[in-house]
Amino acid sequence: MPFRIDRRREMSRGLLYLSPVLAVAMTVLTGFALFAALGQDPLPALYHFGISPLTTLYGVSELLVKAAPLITIAVGLAVGFRANVWNIGAEGQLTFGAIAAGVVALNFWGEEGGWILPLMCLAGVLGGMAYAAVPAFLKTRFGVNEILTSLMLTYVAALLLSALVFGPLKDPAGFNFPQSRMFTDSALLPIILAGTRLHFGAVAALMIAVAVWVLMTFTIVGFQLRVLGQAPAAARYAGFHGKRLIWICLLMSGGLAGLAGTFEIAGPIGQLIPAITPGYGFTAIIVAFLGRLHPLGIVLAGLVMALSYIGGENAQVEVGLPQAATGVFQGLLLFFLLASDFLVRYRVRLARRVTE
Amino acid sequence: MSAETAVLVMLTVISAATPLLFAALGELVVEKSGVLNLGVEGMMLAGAVAGFAVTVSTGSAVLGIVCAALAGALMALIFGVLTLTLAANQVATGLALTIFGVGLSALLGAGFVGVPVAPLPKLAVPGLSDLAVIGPLLFAHDALVYLSILATAGIGWFLARTRAGMILRAVGESDESAHSIGYNVIRVRYLAVLFGGAMSGLAGAFLSLSHTPMWAEEMTAGRGWIALALVVFSSWRPGRVLLGAYLFGGVTILQLHAQGAGGLGIPAQVLSMLPYLATIAVLTIIAAGPWRGRLDAPACLGKLFRPPT
Repeated sequence: MPFRIDRRREMSRGLLYLSPVLAVAMTVLTGFALFAALGQDPLPALYHFGISPLTTLYGVSELLVKAAPLITIAVGLAVGFRANVWNIGAEGQLTFGAIAAGVVALNFWGEEGGWILPLMCLAGVLGGMAYAAVPAFLKTRFGVNEILTSLMLTYVAALLLSALVFGPLKDPAGFNFPQSRMFTDSALLPIILAGTRLHFGAVAALMIAVAVWVLMTFTIVGFQLRVLGQAPAAARYAGFHGKRLIWICLLMSGGLAGLAGTFEIAGPIGQLIPAITPGYGFTAIIVAFLGRLHPLGIVLAGLVMALSYIGGENAQVEVGLPQAATGVFQGLLLFFLLASDFLVRYRVRLARRVTE
Repeated sequence: MSAETAVLVMLTVISAATPLLFAALGELVVEKSGVLNLGVEGMMLAGAVAGFAVTVSTGSAVLGIVCAALAGALMALIFGVLTLTLAANQVATGLALTIFGVGLSALLGAGFVGVPVAPLPKLAVPGLSDLAVIGPLLFAHDALVYLSILATAGIGWFLARTRAGMILRAVGESDESAHSIGYNVIRVRYLAVLFGGAMSGLAGAFLSLSHTPMWAEEMTAGRGWIALALVVFSSWRPGRVLLGAYLFGGVTILQLHAQGAGGLGIPAQVLSMLPYLATIAVLTIIAAGPWRGRLDAPACLGKLFRPPT
């Protein structure tokens, strides 16, 4: 073998943070080849995908609008992933939270009051938590795999939302379109930058990331969660309540996904419609890994992935790149990240001939 | 319900069950070798679009089916390189494979949306297919349906009765001991993963060439995930995968017919939830039932193995 591969005794800290950069670089290079293969001139296509959205204030504000839900969800998911709890149904929890918040908004439609928005947020968080409680209960009580149950519930939530906006929540004056009434002002998030769609949710995402970082770094629960993921046997010997930690992971990630859903319908969308998320719940999984499962890393990763959404839309308009290219890029990015993480755990050297 | 209607309903059940059967059988072999590939949905989509595109472009369904299997195997190869060679986390890699497959198939299939295709021809067994009831039920399917049944029996025989099957099981039950008595764990797992990918590809091809002969983005609609659940339901036995696939085919068709009959006043979307809710119910019953603890999950399922160098 021309290479020698040795397991590192300790993970390389430097490479741990370098590997996301490497992954992004390799994705851009592959994108270059992909655009060329699709018959596009790669440079303008990449420019419209990655750079031109950042050249206007509106572009940057849109980036933050898309990054907010990704960060909010990913921060919660990362806590679970660290503890080996695989909630991959955030998309469903987002939807269910949005339904709960939407029902509140429509129930008090036309009324005014500063209490409506907080009540919606509460409903959204509780809705997301309740929806994540199903896999948590089945996992802790019967040992049912949370990956499959949380994922199945995602399809159920999407169908439920569809049933509601085609049925009981349909706008009575909406010409039979499958959508609810537009929310009134008291149920809409304040815009924090005039002339854009940038809403309070972006600030909240940042605050949540800091709060979770504090939780994971400075509290006993955070410590227990990290031990549970890295050394499950040690966690058992130390007498940590594994089931309680599973509940915490799922309720926290579900609640945050529900909050993200609330911000979407009370922010950029402003009503309930059949499609309230372009896959934020799934993309957040990539964001969590790209951010090294660290809340502050996730803020950066959320911005990068948000760019892939904006860039995808932009490139679609400017050079006719198919929308689906975004998904390809997102998948590729995670592939490259997982591949370059090999270097974090293993040392690869050119094998020198032994001259003894 | 007349006998003829009953036969027609049964035929749709078979059609709904076959893709689940292919995908779940493939995943069963993968898991028996100790690897958990959550990318079934993505590999199925790759197979569906490849099978459809090649069949439409060349006019040859055989070539389409072969390419679908290859496309699934190619996707599985990505998974294999990452998890087996580069020791990446299997759960994360499987998820990445699904996200990638959804995007890639939509990208490649963009020009094929709404394009018609001739469904796979039914291969009637001369003489037998004319029999009442059992003729159309047993002897007048397309090649992939027959193949799925043969594959069930073949995989059951392979795992239980052949030396290679025993090695594969040994690798899944105890990678360390299999390695120490001289078996190449990584090679066995690569082969299993590639086989699983090819089977998912066939599942996809059946969807786009027979079940609903067309291409649509994300046309698998979660079937890859249901297939993963079926493997657990079967407690890793091919015969029970067959049973599970037909049960789920039945649930799917039942709710479709209920929708067609006006839905008993229930919204169509609520009926469409049934297969997903049934999956959760079945997983719970399996996990909670009196037989729990004897599920026979391969001992090394999802565990990282790298041969000492």
